[in-house]
Amino acid sequence: MKVLVPVKRVVDYNVKVRVKADQSDVDLANVKMSMNPFCEIAVEEAVRLKEKGVASEIVAVTIGPKTAQEQLRTAMALGADRSILIETDEKVDSLTAAKLLAKVVEEEEPQVVMMGKQSIDTDNNQTPQMLAALAGFAQATFASEVTIDGDKAQVKREIDGGLQTIEVKLPAVISADLRLNEPRYAKLPNIMKAKKKPLDSKTPADYGVEVASKLKTLKVEPPAERSAGIKVGSVDELVDKLKNEAKVV
Amino acid sequence: MSILVVADHHNSELTPVTANVVAAAKEIGGDIHLLVAGENCQAAAEAAAKLEGVSKVLVADNAAYGHQLAENVAALLAEIGKDYSHLLTGATAVGKNVFPRAAALLDVDQISEIISVESADTFQRPIYAGNAIATVQSEDAVKVITVRGTSFDPVAETGSAEIEALDKATDAGLSSHVSEELAASDRPELTAAGVVVSGGRGVGSEEGFDIIYKLADKLGGAVGASRAAVDAGYVPNDLQVGQTGKIVAPQLYIAAGISGAIQHLAGMKDSKVIVAINKDEEAPIFQVADYGLVADLFEAVPELEGKL
Repeated sequence: MKVLVPVKRVVDYNVKVRVKADQSDVDLANVKMSMNPFCEIAVEEAVRLKEKGVASEIVAVTIGPKTAQEQLRTAMALGADRSILIETDEKVDSLTAAKLLAKVVEEEEPQVVMMGKQSIDTDNNQTPQMLAALAGFAQATFASEVTIDGDKAQVKREIDGGLQTIEVKLPAVISADLRLNEPRYAKLPNIMKAKKKPLDSKTPADYGVEVASKLKTLKVEPPAERSAGIKVGSVDELVDKLKNEAKVV
Repeated sequence: MSILVVADHHNSELTPVTANVVAAAKEIGGDIHLLVAGENCQAAAEAAAKLEGVSKVLVADNAAYGHQLAENVAALLAEIGKDYSHLLTGATAVGKNVFPRAAALLDVDQISEIISVESADTFQRPIYAGNAIATVQSEDAVKVITVRGTSFDPVAETGSAEIEALDKATDAGLSSHVSEELAASDRPELTAAGVVVSGGRGVGSEEGFDIIYKLADKLGGAVGASRAAVDAGYVPNDLQVGQTGKIVAPQLYIAAGISGAIQHLAGMKDSKVIVAINKDEEAPIFQVADYGLVADLFEAVPELEGKL
C-alpha cells in the first residue's frame, strides 16, 4: 500500500513573527524555516505504518519554492522513500494546493494520504478536506489514532467535547492532530542517505493547474497590543484588584 | 443577497456558537436562512428558529446526517449552497471538518475563522497563531466562511422564523460513525464560559488539578489547560486552550502554572482580564497578564479560592 504525505515549509514554530512596515505580509526574510509540526506527525505516522508492514512505499510531496527541498529531504531522512517538489514562487492558496495534490493522487494512486490538520502560518485547516473532496475520497480529520484493516481505516478523531471514532473506506485522506504520535528525530546517517533518495522536480504547469487565487490579502497588521499589566504582591491584593478595579468577580 | 448559516448542534440541542455566527451574518447583511442537518434534530431547529434575524430554518433530518459526517453534509451544502452569496458556520470541530470539503465541491476558497466583517466580501482573520491579522477580500461567487464565535456577540432569542423541511438525503457511503467518548462535565462549556481557570505543566499531576477545578467551581467557570498538561495526561484533550485547541475570550482568564507559549496565547489573549499565577517571574505569560502574581500555585490558588 502506498502512502502519500504532503508536507509544508513554514516559519519555525518558535519564531515570533513580525509584520512588515508596509503591511503587505509578515517578514520572513532571514527567519528560520522548518517542516510544519503537524506534517512531522503525518510523516511519523506514515513511517510507523511502513514499520508495521501496512505501507510499502511512502511518497512525500510539497508545493513551494526551491528551498522547500530541505523539508522533503527531512521527510526522506525520517523514512519517506522518494519525493516530489512542485516548484512555484507564487503564494499558493488551499484550493490550488488541493487541486495540485489531487493531480498527484491521480498519478500516484495512494491508498492513504496522510497530512497535517493545519499549517501554523496560514492557520487555515482546509487542504486535507479540500483534497478529499476533489479526489472523491473519504476524510478522517483531526486523527489521534489510526488503525488500518484491509480496505478500511478506523480513526479516532478529536472533536469538541471528546473523541469520536469513525470508519472510512480506503482510499482516504487522514489529517493528523497533535496527539497522534511523537515524531522521531532524523539520525545523521539517515540524513546522509536521504541525499541520495530520488526527488522529482515538477511545476504547477506540468499538472495543468494555474496558480491563481480569488482570495486577495489586502493588508497584514500586528494584533492590538494589550496594555501593560501589573504584578501584585499577594492574594489579598489580587482579590481586591479583581473585585474593585477590574470588577470581574 | 442571501446568507446560509449552518447550525452547530447535537441534534437535540443547538450549541451557543450558532447565535454568534448569526450575529456575523447580520453584519454582512441580507436575508438569513439557517440550515440544521442532522438526525432527529427538530429540537435544535426549534431553538434555531428563535434566533433574531433568521428568516427561515431549513431542516434536513435524515439518518445520513446523523453524526454530521463530512462526506454527506458537504454534498448537501454543495447542492443547496450555490443559491446563496455566503455560507457561514462556527469554527468548531464540525464546521472545520465539513466546510472546506463543501468549498472545494463549490470550487471556491474558504475563509477560515474570521474575527470581523469589514464588508460583504472583506473580512479579517488571524494568521501565525494570532501574531498577525490579515484583511482578505474574496472574489468568489459564494463566500464560504467559518466564524470565530468569541469575536461576535450572540444575537438574542426573540425571533420566530418559519421552519421548512428539506427533503434531501445523500449518503456517499464512504464513512460511518462507530462510537463517541464525550467527557462528562457539568461546568459551563469552555468556549462560552465567562470565567476560565486554566492549569499547565506547573500543576504537576492529575490530582493537582483538583485545586483548579475548585477555583473554577467557586467562580462558576470552566476549566482549561495548556498542551503540556494535556500531553502529560492531567486532563482530557478537549480542555486544551490554544492555536490547536479551543479559542476562548472570557471576562476573566486565570492561568496557573502556564508559561505562556505563543501557541497557548493564541487561544486566550483576547480575554478581557488575564491573571497569571506562576512562580517563575520571567514567564512570558506575565507579558500579557493584567494582574500577575509570582507565587507557588499550590498555595496561591487555594488561598484565592478561599478569599473569593
